[in-house]
Amino acid sequence: MSIEVRNVTKKFGEFVAVNNVSLRVPSGELVALLGPSGSGKTSLLRIIAGLEQADAGRVLFEGEDATARDVRHRGVGFVFQHYALFRHMSVFENVAFGLRVRPRAARPSEKQIQGRVMELLKLVQLDWLANRLPSELSGGQRQRIALARALAVEPQVLLLDEPFGSLDAKVRQELRRWLRRLHDDIRLTSVFVTHDQEEALEVADRVVVMDHGRVEQVGTPQEVFDHPATSFVMGFLGNVNIFHGRVEDGQAILGPLHLDYPEHPHAESLPAAGYTRPHELEVDRAEGAGGGFWAVLRHANTAGAVVKLELVAGENGAVQVETTREQYRTLHPATGERLYVRPRQVRIFLEPR
Amino acid sequence: MAAAAAVAVKHPGAPRNLTEPIAVRVGLTLVALAYLLLFLLVPLAAVFAEALQKGWTAYVNAVTEPVALSALWLTLLTAGIAVPLNLVFGVAAAWAIAKFDFPGKNALITLIDLPFAVSPVISGMIFILLFGRLGYLGPWLQAHDLKIVFAVPGLALATIFVTFPFVARELIPVMQAAGTEEEEAARVLGAGGWATFWRVTLPSVKWGLLFGVILCNARAMGEFGAVSVVSGHIRGKTNTLPLHVEILYNEYNFQAAFAVASLLTFLALLTLVLKSFIEWRSSRRAESPSEPTA
Repeated sequence: MSIEVRNVTKKFGEFVAVNNVSLRVPSGELVALLGPSGSGKTSLLRIIAGLEQADAGRVLFEGEDATARDVRHRGVGFVFQHYALFRHMSVFENVAFGLRVRPRAARPSEKQIQGRVMELLKLVQLDWLANRLPSELSGGQRQRIALARALAVEPQVLLLDEPFGSLDAKVRQELRRWLRRLHDDIRLTSVFVTHDQEEALEVADRVVVMDHGRVEQVGTPQEVFDHPATSFVMGFLGNVNIFHGRVEDGQAILGPLHLDYPEHPHAESLPAAGYTRPHELEVDRAEGAGGGFWAVLRHANTAGAVVKLELVAGENGAVQVETTREQYRTLHPATGERLYVRPRQVRIFLEPR
Repeated sequence: MAAAAAVAVKHPGAPRNLTEPIAVRVGLTLVALAYLLLFLLVPLAAVFAEALQKGWTAYVNAVTEPVALSALWLTLLTAGIAVPLNLVFGVAAAWAIAKFDFPGKNALITLIDLPFAVSPVISGMIFILLFGRLGYLGPWLQAHDLKIVFAVPGLALATIFVTFPFVARELIPVMQAAGTEEEEAARVLGAGGWATFWRVTLPSVKWGLLFGVILCNARAMGEFGAVSVVSGHIRGKTNTLPLHVEILYNEYNFQAAFAVASLLTFLALLTLVLKSFIEWRSSRRAESPSEPTA
């Protein structure tokens, strides 16, 4: 079932949590709402679920207006950040809850409930925990039970609020790959909220980057990573070196960087900043073409899949460079050595004055 | 020594050098025990010693004479009226305060605490002022032949007033700590307000609720001041156990007074046992962590 959000605004007192947001989630897609805390992503998710009422705007499911529909009748499955499992009920009863509270006419028989719950527990690979209490499970297990419970009512839409937020790094990685596989199997329209760009880029079909209650960019992980629409998106999706400066006469003078900027051929000087990722910079002993600069190597971190170099370029501060282990071994620079830093790619964004 | 050992068992992870020297621990424990002995156990023993000073037969006679039995019945009756009503009120108030935001919330919390702040005698007098023969509603009540003060309804009203904070006060922090996420989860899963309350909210606070009820009941049975004012002290009619004890005592019938007092003591001891059982049960539940650990 597709989800559509039209011009939704939500305020908490003076604070504008969601500011005139419109969004379409096509049926069967797995979409990430990505942003820092306070960007309005959780509020937007709760508005879609019906747990929160928008001050303005509409929510449509499959083209049908659901703005006034009660949360009970929206047909959504919701997974809470802290699981919100019923702590006095066993795992089995937690998953069975949504079936047991149905009106008598729609309620499955005890035998059907039994079958459905065990089927879901097998789906999340925890059928052997059916009789435990939530307090006896690990965080990852609780999260999977919360997911099984949400799926028990056969929702048309699955909404997940920071589903891996309170798990440790390793469990988190396993669980998000598992969620991706699960989604590939059941193809349920899903929206999840995260502040972790790596998680969003790895799991989602499409990423919605939010900041200050607004949508900054919507696109596939590849699109938002390679072609960030704004400096915020660029900065939020991974490490970045920022060079402040100005553009004028088709030129960009950004600290030590001097680049062509044909987009602004006018004489008027505008403040701008160049953004480049650590792996988009190269270091060498010889000065090459392409508007680079000399910098002093301060530190090299060789423990990792890539080698991380930290250089200092005069008064322009620290520059982060990532290079392959092979390149590093060939070059073999010494700490304190002067190296030429050449950008392969720089994205220039005009700055508000 | 036993107390020190118990401390060590309770906190197996506490390093030795962080605990006090043994002399300090034993000393503090002894001070606390001596205090308990002096102010709790000695009076308790005195009650039973006095009650039994004229022998077992006199004791049985004192507690089974019709006036004493009627006082016992009246005590159970007022508690039986006040506790269920305050249970319903307390749950409703705590639910409203802990789970919802509304204007006047702080005023409501303050109002709930009012009986704690007002002297019980004053609360009794308020009811005389309202429902007494010369009170605001007195003439109307007389015209309709309704009796509130110096009768059972007055006793029940005074008891309700004095005991109404207990359940709410006990439940509000428990409900606030439980948060609203579980209720939200229940709603998303399709549960209505009623099902959410019975299946999710109430079970998650049941130990706190029971605790509140027990405290409420203890106070309802032991209440003296407010009840004394509205009772009128009619023997066999409007005397509860505490009032009956006072009358016997004022008549210099010490043995009977203490015998009846021992009934109240039994009720108090029963309450304490129940209370510690519930504390033990709920602490066992609290020990199994409900917060995410991994």
